[in-house]
Amino acid sequence: MVESESVETIIPRILVTKIGLDGHDRGSRIIAAWLRDAGMEVIYTAPWQKISTVVKLVKEEDVDVIGLSSLATDHLLVPKLMDALREGGYQHVRVVVGGIVPDADEAILLDAGVSRVFHTGSAKEEVVQWVGKFAKEARKAPAVVTFE
Amino acid sequence: MTDKKTDIENKQWQENYKKLLPDDKARSNRSNIKIKPLYTPKDWDSNRYADELGFPGQGPMTRGIYPTMHRGQTWSQRQLIGLATPELYNARVKQMIAIGANALSMIPCNSIYRGLDVDEVDPVLLGTCGVTVNTVDDMARCLDGIPIDKMSIGLNDPIPFTMLAQVLAHAKNIGVPWEKLTGTSNQSDYISHFVANHMFYRIALKGSRRIQMDQIIFLKEHCPGWNPISIVGQHMQQAGATPAEAMGLTLCTGIQYAKDCIERGLEPDAFLPRFTFFFDISISFFEEIAKFRAGRRVWARLTKERFGAKDPKSSRFKFHCQTSGVDLTRVQPLNNIARVAIQGMAGILGGCQSMHTDGYDEALSCPTEEAALISVATQNILKDEAGMTDVIDALGGSYYLETLTNQMEEQIEAIIARIDEAGGMFEAVESGLVQGMIGESSMAYQEKVDSGEHKIVGVNAYQIEDDPTLRKTQPWPDQDDMTRQIELFGQFKEERDQAEVQRALDNLVAAARSDDQNVYEQIVQATMSNVTQGEIISCLREEFGFGHPLVMA
Repeated sequence: MVESESVETIIPRILVTKIGLDGHDRGSRIIAAWLRDAGMEVIYTAPWQKISTVVKLVKEEDVDVIGLSSLATDHLLVPKLMDALREGGYQHVRVVVGGIVPDADEAILLDAGVSRVFHTGSAKEEVVQWVGKFAKEARKAPAVVTFE
Repeated sequence: MTDKKTDIENKQWQENYKKLLPDDKARSNRSNIKIKPLYTPKDWDSNRYADELGFPGQGPMTRGIYPTMHRGQTWSQRQLIGLATPELYNARVKQMIAIGANALSMIPCNSIYRGLDVDEVDPVLLGTCGVTVNTVDDMARCLDGIPIDKMSIGLNDPIPFTMLAQVLAHAKNIGVPWEKLTGTSNQSDYISHFVANHMFYRIALKGSRRIQMDQIIFLKEHCPGWNPISIVGQHMQQAGATPAEAMGLTLCTGIQYAKDCIERGLEPDAFLPRFTFFFDISISFFEEIAKFRAGRRVWARLTKERFGAKDPKSSRFKFHCQTSGVDLTRVQPLNNIARVAIQGMAGILGGCQSMHTDGYDEALSCPTEEAALISVATQNILKDEAGMTDVIDALGGSYYLETLTNQMEEQIEAIIARIDEAGGMFEAVESGLVQGMIGESSMAYQEKVDSGEHKIVGVNAYQIEDDPTLRKTQPWPDQDDMTRQIELFGQFKEERDQAEVQRALDNLVAAARSDDQNVYEQIVQATMSNVTQGEIISCLREEFGFGHPLVMA
């Protein structure tokens, strides 16, 4: 087994995307730019991705953290995404959600395994630090071996 | 022109100011115009009154598009409404009418923006942001008991305008002649969707262009009281354009649509009077007022000089405006009531014809009933208590506002020149030029917020301990209601005349493939034949392509 690279020096790989129906993407574009400027590898997609596409991207792009932007209720699909990630063997991948998420739904998302919800008005530093920390944790997690 | 005495006193004031405030920091507004501490006749000279201001409803139109403005008729209070099922929508509309809303609006479910029917979507998302209105039957239940011949209707209905087709079909079914309908296709500006609101983007650019022109021609003949075009600056500003950019680019879109109409053989005076605009109102109070005044003046000039419009109605810059959701905060949500009131004042002083004020809970969820009522009350307070309608263009003649209006106008004209040079708005969005401009401004604004240069109370200044009890949110639609809606939809599809549906779809395809048939006429026919919005849009996507919007990261 190849020794994993030092987590202190990793370049986090972040998927910034939107699932569901909404197309408001000012937020996801700003987040993508923030993370990129902080030295992370950002995989950015247009809105309206299917859950299955997100899982496929996670596999193909070795994603550490998924950043999901939701401005118009698409966060309601996130528990289904978490299920799909587990089914695919990607439970080490951390998921953060940003945008408009009512308090009651935040609890549901956290229960479903989401690492953190960033509300509107979140500061750049806060987002960059949390995402970096989650990426390190994801990279540290033991790799899941799958047999095909 | 200033006299000698003024010059001497001005100099003296400048010295005093510098002495008292030696480290006065430079300030600028969102359009990056430097703001001075004081404006005087040196900045704006009232001798320019006739050329720059004139009188309401005439000349440069700076002061307003009608001679009487809000003294004669206040703006339409057009609150956006969209809720779960047609029945719930109908009930909320009737409630809003009872407390003073005097115009109708309809926001469809996000699934409809994507061109999907209720049976094609994860049910958990249905009705969470708007009403599910897939068929003429759904529309009939939305509008049950509402006098559609007496109330103007604003539809958030992107190309190919299936909701309007449903309204027309419903009107026919209940015996209301189409000539009696008034309203606006609020989301007809496909360019703005391609550039800045991908939510509403449904059909590739070229197909959208064709359908838009067909709709204009169809309505001109059959439903002349309808405004087929609302050119939307709101999306661009919400996506990050500065107020000056939003106005400049929106006028460029207006120029593009006017050119397209002329190419289809229409006379400027035949279509320009039905053009309307829709803008964002940010909390940058004076800047927004100046934006509206400058835009009004530039459009009045453009219609005459560029298109040779003779009818004064062609030069009227009619606009709806909406208070900016981007300025509202999740923390301390009640503060948003104050923000909305200030934004609303800017809309009124800017001379709007129609306005929506946001619910204070916009950053939390779809508006709760309480928030929706407060936002209507806010307009009523401004209208009836604050004396905001007493004087036309009440801030006109202010040295500051007139200077700012002129500066905004310069920026708007510079943007128009830049887009002209790029070959017009259609080409400038195909190439991504416009998206790049907006993206840069969005990042620049965000940097100002991050650095604290631009303060937002509760967010990067004056933070207090978070009180989650202040955050009441609109409950999600009852899943039983949605299940019933899906069942009704299934029934509707089963019971319709399938042969007629197929015929209507065949006719739609034939029209789309021909060069001379009117596609919109076939969309209306198909709706009357009980074809669903999802079926119509998926058919047109086959013909014209979906066309993913160009994303500039």
